[in-house]
Amino acid sequence: MSDLNKLGLAEARDALRKGDTTSVELTEACLKAIDAADALNAFVHKTPEIAMERAKAADDRIKAGDAPSMCGLPIGIKDLFCTKGVPSQAASKILEGFKPEYESTVSQKLADAGSVMLGKLNMDEFAMGSSNETSVYGNAVSPWRRGNDDAQLTPGGSSGGSASAVAADLCLAATGTDTGGSIRQPAAFTGTVGIKPTYGRCSRWGIVAFASSLDQAGPMTKSVRDAAIMLEAMCGHDPKDSTSAELAVPDFEAMLTGDIRGKKIGIPKEYRMDGMPGEIEKLWSDGAEMLKAAGAEIVDISLPHTKYALPAYYVIAPAEASSNLARYDGVRYGRRATLEAGDGITEMYEKTRAEGFGHEVQRRVMVGTYVLSAGFYDAYYNRARRVRTLIKKDFEDAFAAGVDAILTPATPSAAFGLGEMTEADPVQMYLNDVFTVTVNLAGLPGVAVPAGLDSQGLPLGLQLIGKPWEEGDLLNTAYALENAAGFVAKPQQWW
Amino acid sequence: MSIDQSTAAKVAKLARIKVEDDALPALADEFNNILGFIEQLNEVDVEGVEPMTSVTPQRLKRRADEVTDGNQQDKVLANAPDAREGFFAVPKVVE
Repeated sequence: MSDLNKLGLAEARDALRKGDTTSVELTEACLKAIDAADALNAFVHKTPEIAMERAKAADDRIKAGDAPSMCGLPIGIKDLFCTKGVPSQAASKILEGFKPEYESTVSQKLADAGSVMLGKLNMDEFAMGSSNETSVYGNAVSPWRRGNDDAQLTPGGSSGGSASAVAADLCLAATGTDTGGSIRQPAAFTGTVGIKPTYGRCSRWGIVAFASSLDQAGPMTKSVRDAAIMLEAMCGHDPKDSTSAELAVPDFEAMLTGDIRGKKIGIPKEYRMDGMPGEIEKLWSDGAEMLKAAGAEIVDISLPHTKYALPAYYVIAPAEASSNLARYDGVRYGRRATLEAGDGITEMYEKTRAEGFGHEVQRRVMVGTYVLSAGFYDAYYNRARRVRTLIKKDFEDAFAAGVDAILTPATPSAAFGLGEMTEADPVQMYLNDVFTVTVNLAGLPGVAVPAGLDSQGLPLGLQLIGKPWEEGDLLNTAYALENAAGFVAKPQQWW
Repeated sequence: MSIDQSTAAKVAKLARIKVEDDALPALADEFNNILGFIEQLNEVDVEGVEPMTSVTPQRLKRRADEVTDGNQQDKVLANAPDAREGFFAVPKVVE
């Protein structure tokens, strides 16, 4: 078999089981593709030794007839996940040199399922960004281009390295994390599938924390079926995360029947933003038509507090970040600033954090500090948490009225050029998450599915939002949409 | 609500991030820009609405109060920028 790195998880799994290939061959193909793709800056720590060791072990297990669900499948891991003995620095200078003595629950589960780790993937620093331009490793680059224009485009963020690597076939799939859209926006920008499960589905233990009440891990894959396979391997109760749900994990792949007859799909009118590009609007209405043609009923719904989701997010997420990132103080791990004679502990904290955190991270930590400070806590933080309650209630009302899933655009535009937003104010960049952030605030599952190309040949994605804990049903609707959209475009290899 | 330079300096101090004096005006401008965006929340009627504490309706689980691991001093200190004699080392704290 040739071009083994271009396979998806399901195809590769089936080929391995049939004996048409081996994990060693698959892994070697990916490692070769990774080495040839340094221009994408997607893999920032390569782990070929670990990969080959796990691939050999996987081949032995397959031969012995003892292959777990992801046995022998090579994947990439976002740098936000702590991986034992392998640099895990959340793309931050402040965690330079940090090699965890432990493994995150999700990456351990993936290893237990037999998958092969190829290395760590680029991202925005501490997952704060929508373009992968805040990384200490430099920008991750999308494999996609606007026609013959060689301007470099963003793969999105924060899981930009994951999206770039999956779209460029450097790995079969990758892990991502999503606090405000960090799986779904990069998936939409790169023509890949990304699902953020219900809050509590995946353990957060060992994942560097950004905003703990919003953070969830999820898979980024080449198809909805692959997302179902990988999500199942990542989910499950973990006593080490007190917010992890004690619920059985269903067989998500078995739920992919493609039959959505009688399902009620809501179209929220508040997502029709002023100035929304015509292409996005058309993609959205085409998507609704496809689901209707597959037998679903399309209904107009209202989620009245949508407008307030982004401002609420930009209180809650920085507030939680300012608390979570207090631990980076130059004492226990990572980098400490060089001190001058006479510097005390306060100077050590202040200098370490000033040189260790990038600009966007500093800004969010300080905004979070401000909204939590005495005198402003009620006006900002408590008000934002009240608005969050209302946003969640909007969704509950829609589901109570019989809606099974909600269809929206995944992003307000196609991918933009790296550097194009540098001069824009931070709020402009934050608008990237306008369609995705509501889902994190309400704790719901959301999936981005590639649905078409814009006039410049760039991928556009649609988002489906599901009921809590109904990832299986949501993935089935996504599967029907994927089948109908028939998205098969791939980026032309230039790297 | 407008943030002036002295408020920006105070916030930086609380966050333990050193910001040079000449960077304070730009920082104050950025804060004002973001807070201006957040001000929209004042349009929402939140009378009688409870602030969200947990997005899923579950109680945090309790666990038995017992030691489950330990004796990992080497691992705990392995990533410290400065560890000496089994301790984290920091600059002088006492005035």
